[in-house]
Parts: sequence; C-alpha cells; structure tokens
Amino acid sequence: MNYADLFHVTLPETALELAALLVLIVDLAFLRKASARTRAASAAILGIAGCVASMLAIGAQTGAGLYASDALVLVNGGATAVAQMGILALTVVTLLLLSDAGFTRHVGEFVAVILMSASGGLIISAAQDLLVIFIGLELLSIGLYILTAFAKKSGKSAESALKYYLFGGMSAAFLLFGFSYLYGLSGSTYLPRVILGTYMASAHGATPMLYMALVMVAAGLGFKVAAFPFHLWAPDAYEGAPAPAAAFIASVSKVASFALLISISYVTLHFIESFHVSQSYVTFTVYKAGDPQPQMARGFITAWPALLMAISFASMIAGNLAALAQTSVRRLLAYSAIAHAGYVLLGLAFFSWWPRSSQAILYYVLTYGLTTIGAFGVVAVVEKATGSDKLDAFLGLSKKNPLIAAVLLVLFLSLAGIPPLVGFWAKFNLFAAVLSAGGTSGTALFLVALAVAMSAVSLYYYLQVLKRAYVMPAADETPIQAGALTTTVLVLIAAAVVVLGVFPQILDAWIAGFYR
Amino acid sequence: MLTWTIYLSFAGALIEALLPKRNPTVARWFALAVAVATLVLAIAGFCTDARHGLVTLTDVPWIPSMGIRYTLAADGISLVLVLLTGLAAVAGVLFSWNIELRTNEFFAFYLALIGGVFGVFLSYDLFLLFVFYEIAIVPKYFLIAIWGSTRREYGAMKLALYSFVGSAMVLIGLLVAYSTAGSQSTGITALAHANLPVHTQMWLFPLVFVGFGILAGMWPFHTWAPTGHVAAPTAASMLLAGVVMKLGAYGCLRVAMGLFPHGMDPWGFSFIGIGSWRDVFAVLAIIGIVYGALVALVQSDFKFVIGYSSVSHMGFVLLGLMTLKQIGLTGAVMQMFSHGIIAGLLFAIVGRIVYERTHTRKLDELEGMHLSKRLPFAAWAFVIAGMASMGLPGFSGFVAELEVLAGSWKASGWWTATAGVGIVVGVAYTWRALQKAFFSDKHAEPHIHEHGHELAAMTWPEVTGVTMLAAVSLFVGLYPKILLDVIEPAVRTLLAGGAR
Repeated sequence: MNYADLFHVTLPETALELAALLVLIVDLAFLRKASARTRAASAAILGIAGCVASMLAIGAQTGAGLYASDALVLVNGGATAVAQMGILALTVVTLLLLSDAGFTRHVGEFVAVILMSASGGLIISAAQDLLVIFIGLELLSIGLYILTAFAKKSGKSAESALKYYLFGGMSAAFLLFGFSYLYGLSGSTYLPRVILGTYMASAHGATPMLYMALVMVAAGLGFKVAAFPFHLWAPDAYEGAPAPAAAFIASVSKVASFALLISISYVTLHFIESFHVSQSYVTFTVYKAGDPQPQMARGFITAWPALLMAISFASMIAGNLAALAQTSVRRLLAYSAIAHAGYVLLGLAFFSWWPRSSQAILYYVLTYGLTTIGAFGVVAVVEKATGSDKLDAFLGLSKKNPLIAAVLLVLFLSLAGIPPLVGFWAKFNLFAAVLSAGGTSGTALFLVALAVAMSAVSLYYYLQVLKRAYVMPAADETPIQAGALTTTVLVLIAAAVVVLGVFPQILDAWIAGFYR
Repeated sequence: MLTWTIYLSFAGALIEALLPKRNPTVARWFALAVAVATLVLAIAGFCTDARHGLVTLTDVPWIPSMGIRYTLAADGISLVLVLLTGLAAVAGVLFSWNIELRTNEFFAFYLALIGGVFGVFLSYDLFLLFVFYEIAIVPKYFLIAIWGSTRREYGAMKLALYSFVGSAMVLIGLLVAYSTAGSQSTGITALAHANLPVHTQMWLFPLVFVGFGILAGMWPFHTWAPTGHVAAPTAASMLLAGVVMKLGAYGCLRVAMGLFPHGMDPWGFSFIGIGSWRDVFAVLAIIGIVYGALVALVQSDFKFVIGYSSVSHMGFVLLGLMTLKQIGLTGAVMQMFSHGIIAGLLFAIVGRIVYERTHTRKLDELEGMHLSKRLPFAAWAFVIAGMASMGLPGFSGFVAELEVLAGSWKASGWWTATAGVGIVVGVAYTWRALQKAFFSDKHAEPHIHEHGHELAAMTWPEVTGVTMLAAVSLFVGLYPKILLDVIEPAVRTLLAGGAR
C-alpha cells in the first residue's frame, strides 16, 4: 500500500471531506455577515457539489480496491458502489430539503457534519476489515449524535441526542468487544479470514465463544439499523432531532448500515471464492450432491443467519405493534422504521450469493430511504406551521395544502406497500428473493408470511395519518405554506415513488449495472 | 379496445382531481362521460372474438428480471364482468349526482376504483391482477370514510383492513406459487401449466380462496360487508355490492381454482361428510346463503337488509363455483352479473331515492310514511328489484340461481336442499322490507298533500339509472342466452384446463 493508492481508492470519501471543510471555510470566513438564507443556500450548494464529485469518483472507480499487505481493506463496485451512490443521492435530497429549516443559525456546520457523517457511511459500505468497519461506524455515528443535538433551543433535541449517544456508545462497546473475540478466534481482522478462522475454530470446539462474539456484533449492528431489541433510541431520536437530521438518520445511516450487513453476509457465503487471498489450503466440501448452492456450513455460517432471523422476527412484530399506539407521527415513523428493518433483515437472514439477494435488499433500503426522507419533509412542513407532529396536527391537510397532502398520501401508501407504488415492488422483490434463497417451506415461508401479514397490520397506522389529512374535519383551515424548493423536491420524491413503482425496471437495471 | 376501459378510467380520475373545485357540475358531467365511454367500450368489446375463447389484448414485458409481463386478456367471463362494471359505473355516477361535498375528489376516487376493477377483470398475469386488485382497495376506503354515513370511519377502516388481510393472503400465495413454479413467470397460463406439487396446492388453494373470498363476502369473513355497505355513500355501496364483491369471486375462480385445482382434491378422509376443501367452502357458501337471508329477515335498518341479502346472494356464487360442474360455474358467473345489477338497483332505491327524501332508513319509521303513494316510482322500482332479487322467473336472478342449484344437485342433494331454504327466506325478507317500507297501512293516512310535507320529485338521473338497471335485469332474465353463450365456452375451457 502506498499513499497514492490510498488517495486514489478513497477519492469519494476525500471529496466529501474536502467539501465539508470548504463549506466550513466559506461559511465562517466569507459569509459571516450574510443573511441566513444565503449562508444556507451556499452551504447546501457546496455540499451537493461535494456529493456529486464523490459520485463521479465512485463511477470512475474500477478494480479490486485497496490492499493492505495481502488483505483487501476497501472494495468497490457491486453492492458497495450501489450503496455509496445511494448514500450520496439521499444526502443530496436531505440537503435540498434544508432550505426551509429554521432550527439553527449555523447551517454551515450542520452541512459539514452531514457530509462527514456521509463519508463514514461510504467507508462502512466498502470496508472489509473489522477495524475499518469500526472506524467508519464511529465516523458515521458521532456525526449523527451531533446532528440530533443541533436544535440548541429545543430541550427535546438535547435529550434525544444524549439518549442516542449513550445507547450508541454502549453499542459501540459491544461491537468492539465482539470484534476482539472474533480477532482472538481467527487471528485476523480481515473479514474473509475472520470467517474462515471462525469456521476452523468452531471445528475445534470453540463455538460458545464464537456465539458470544456474534451476539455482541449483532447487538452493535442491530443498534445501527434500529432492530428490536436494540431500537430504544430510535423513537426518541426521531422525535427530538431536527427534521433534516431525523431524515438523515432514517435514510442515509440505514442504507450504510445495511450495506455493511450485506458485505458481511456476502463474505460469509462467498469466502470459498476468496480463498486465493488466504494462504491456507483447508479443503472442505460444502457442495451437496444435486444441490448447486453451497450448503451453509457450521460456525459463523449457521449462527449468523439464525441470529438475524430472530432479530428480524422480533423487529417486524414489535415495530408494527408499537406503531399502532403512537400519537406522534415522528414516533410512528420510528416504529415503522423498526418494522422495515425487520423486513430487510429477513432478506439478510436468507441471503444467497447470487446478486439477486443483495440487489433486492439494496432496492428496498434505497427506495425506503427516499420515501422516509419525503415523509420527514412533509412532517417538517406541517410542524413548521402547527408547531406539532402529533396526529392531530395533520387534520385537514388536504384542504390546507392539497399538494403536500397528496405527497403524504403517496409516500405513506408506499410505506404500507400498496401497489403500484415503489414500496410494494420493493417488498415483493425482497420476499421473492427470500423464498428463492430459503425455499418455499419451513422457516423462510413462515417468516415471509409473517412479514406480509404484518404489512397488512401496518396499513392501519399509516391510514391513521391519512385519515386525518383527508377524512376528518379540521377546526381551522388556514392554508399551510411550504417553500417552493421544498414543495418541488417533495413532489419529485412522490413522483419518483410512483414512477419507480410502475416501472421498477429502471432502478433494477441501474443497480444491476454496477454488478458487471 | 377493451384495454381502454382501464386507461380511460385512470385518466379520468387524474383529470377529475385536477378539475376546478368550484364547479361540481363539470365534475359530474365529466365523470358521466367517462363512465358512458367505458360502458360503450365494454359493449363493443362484448361483441368481439373474445366471446369464443381467450383473446390476448396486450402482452409486453413489464419487469423482465422477474419474468413479469403486462398481459391483458379477455375471455367470456371477463367480458361479462367488464360489461357489468361498465353498467355499474354509469349507474353509480347517476346516483351520485347530488354529491356536493368535494365533488371532483369524489369522482376521482370513484373512477380510480372503476379503473382498478376493469384492470382485475382483464389481467392475465397474476402479479398484474394483484396490483389492480389493491388499487381498487384504497379508493374504497376514502369513498366511504369521507362521503359515507352511519359510522363511516369505522366501516371504512374495517373494510380496508379486511380487504388488506385478504390480499396479504393472496400475496403469500402469489409469492409461493411464483417461487415454487420456478418458471420465472407470473403469467396465469404459465402458472397453471407449472404443475405445482399437489401438497403445495393443497394449502395454497384454501389460502388464496379465503383471501379472495373475504372480499366476496364469504361467511364467516363477511362481517365487513353489511357495515361497509351501510356506511358507504350510495354509489360506493352500489359499486361494493355490484362489482367489488365480484372481484373476490372472480379471484376465487380465476386464481384459486384456476391455478391450484388439485387443492380441491379429496383429503383421503372425511369428517361429517366433509372430505375436501371443496366441501368446506361449499358448506361455508351454504351457511352464507341461509345465514345472510335469516339475518336480513330481522333487520330494522333498510340498508342492512340489502347488505345481508348481498351476503346471501354471493353465497350462491361461491356455491356455484364449488359445484365444479359446467352448469354450476356458468350459473355462478351469471349470478355475479345478475347480483351486480340487482344489488346496485336495491342500494340506489334505498340509499339514494328513499333516504335522501325521508332521511331515515329505519323500517319502523318508513312504515308510517306511505311511501307507495308519495314515491310511487320508488315503490314500483323496488317491487321490480325485489322480484328480481327473489329470483322470480323473467329476471336475471332466476336463471342464475336455477343453474347454481342444478349444478349443486349434481354434486350433492343436501347442498341444493339447504340452499333452497335460503331462497324461501329470501322471498320472506324481500316481502317484509317491501311491505314495511312502501305498502304499509299500519298508521292513519297522513296529510300527504299538506304544504311542506311533499317529497322532492324524482330527478332525471334517478329515473334513468333505475330504468337502465331494471331493464338490463329484465332483458337478461328474458333472454339469458345473450350472456350464457359467452360464459359457457370460457367455463368449458376453464374446467378442461384448470379446475376440473
């Protein structure tokens, strides 16, 4: 490894970091006297430019990635590139919706932290080494804590940030502890070798320790994707954080964390192909006669999917049932996020090494991220006018602002999985992938049936919001104004949700394009 | 040509949503124009080649990576149901002429619902069919929740959740069938020829049949129907009973029976005479027939009478399907058409003509109003609709129920005998409602010509709508061949290929 290579491979992250620094410099050095609007606009524009530059860098990347000694530290292409592109695109959308935000005077810092956090997301989507994963996660998370606390005048913001931070610190400790066990078992921090090492260790009877390590890792990563029972921070953070920060946490951070889980699952199944980088000559048969798919061997390989299944099962049920009782739309979105995390984890639990699985998962998290950003955009508009995110704040929205109400209708129906919106296709695609990897009997079928049944339950709480917007009479019908840019972006998001739902092939082909 | 019924309805819905809000007249006339246009297309399509067998209308790749195609096709069964939808759509607009609240939104949801229904009847790809099926659910919720009456939010939510649970069951069936078949296609023909293992069909069939059956008002999953019908605005209850319940029955026929025919095989053991899923659903259908009729007999709310009568009549459809005989299946499709027309007519009279003038649906209150003298048109329209509903010869219901019973006789004499009880009770509840609502002389003659007590005169949309529906029912009753000729080849193909 030399520094030129390092710079070359980390160009996307570097571009983002440079943009973040540029935003800070321009904002603090040149625009101190300028109006808040100008400062916000310039910060957002610079930020978007950084994201675009980073996207171009990702698009130009080819090859295997960055090696340190003989181990691959960062990969590119395939699922990684899709996730990175998704992270950047969603960051751009978040920045576009920043224009109306009046929660802070320091938009420059806000944008800079968003960009740094996003670069953490880029790193964990590409990382193949336990330490790099951990560093990327911390870079992502610390930014998120700051973003959550950014509304300095709001007590709720500080409270939720503290909760988020304490839970986050705890989960990082768990994760690191688990990683240290994995290192102890395998003698390596390189992911494929860790998995190979744990396999061999489990053959020698070290399994209880391995299970402990895996539970620790699952706790740490489960926290990032807000899966039950590691979800406790989510409702508070979603409720207290400024709307753009909440949107960022709900979308970008989710995409990045799921990208990490995809690479772990992928390596778990794919390590056989990665043998050439390890110098050992262990041979073992994982192919069974008449079955083209490699069998899940012992060690990591059975315990990990089993853990994911359990977490997925619990998340689907807990998220959906808890969402039924919410009166705050932000908390409702938080619990629904837990439920959606459960569906995605199902895809990870029944992962196949064909690209189909990871493509279906990426399709799901990308479109879910987009929909959620839109949902928070609508919440922010309503909140700004009524000062509340309670269900009753949405009363009569269809009269107060028909356009925003229509956006809400489209986004929430998509979250509920109603065709022809993108949420339906994403679910169908994901569940079909699960059934094709897990077979149409037994556990996979049971969990898919549960997921489908639970999305039927979820319709109830999404309809609770839509009912207030469209059906129930409002006490006052003073129009709600939304900024032109915000309205445009929200309408475009809704349009994308419809178009991608009717023509899912567009995004599908785009994702598949990165796998070649 | 038929495909344009779908596109026209959705385009109409979109335009309705964008029309100026202050001018409800424009919205009404526009909706009527769209509905009439779809009816014209449906009639034109009725005269095409699809009468003799399956005709593919559109077939293009939609989502190549999953082998999903955008396939629209029509056979005789589709033709009849599309025709029914066209008729119901026009009638529904006519009976919504008095909607003043958010008129254009109403018609936007209305036309979107119609478009979804057309789509289901014409889809020949399971994924596509499911998409249209779900598109039809959401507008229903808003139609009832915003423009409905009695306990509308409750009724609407109950309806939406029941439908969504049903469609969740169908979705599981779709996913499993797709994954098991391994043919990389969701086309109905492809799945029907995929030879799914019998043990898989054994559990997919009941799952999907119940999933669709919920929307068809199958006992004991029918409870959304009466509350939903009562809560809905007139046009929506006409559509609910008229076409949406047919969506369920159509799904049972086309998807559950067409794709998983071995699900109806005997289990190999029998318990109190029930030895297969076919027997189970036949018994449920018969219970629905008798139960719906008996409950309708004791209702005090006029609209509930009609609501439960729908459950009873849809029981005949399901029973006809379960006969697995040419004549029974033909009767079932015939009954779908017939009930669509008659239920629409009954709901129009009760919900619109009578309720809008008397502001009550309580039979006890209507008893004292001497409606036969004050609303002679409504009274005689209800007499005709009631006769049709009872299944008197000369009306469409007669042919349909006769065929269903003939088919069920071939399967089991007990089925016929018990379902016959339902018909007798059907006569009773119709007479009771008719007598109580219109022809009662229990109370002294009021001063009906006294100023301020006159009921508003009939309006032209009401007269047109009633005349149209009554005429169709009568015409089909007198000349059933016009539909039977179309239905029979389609049913024969279905019995030969899929459901035996």
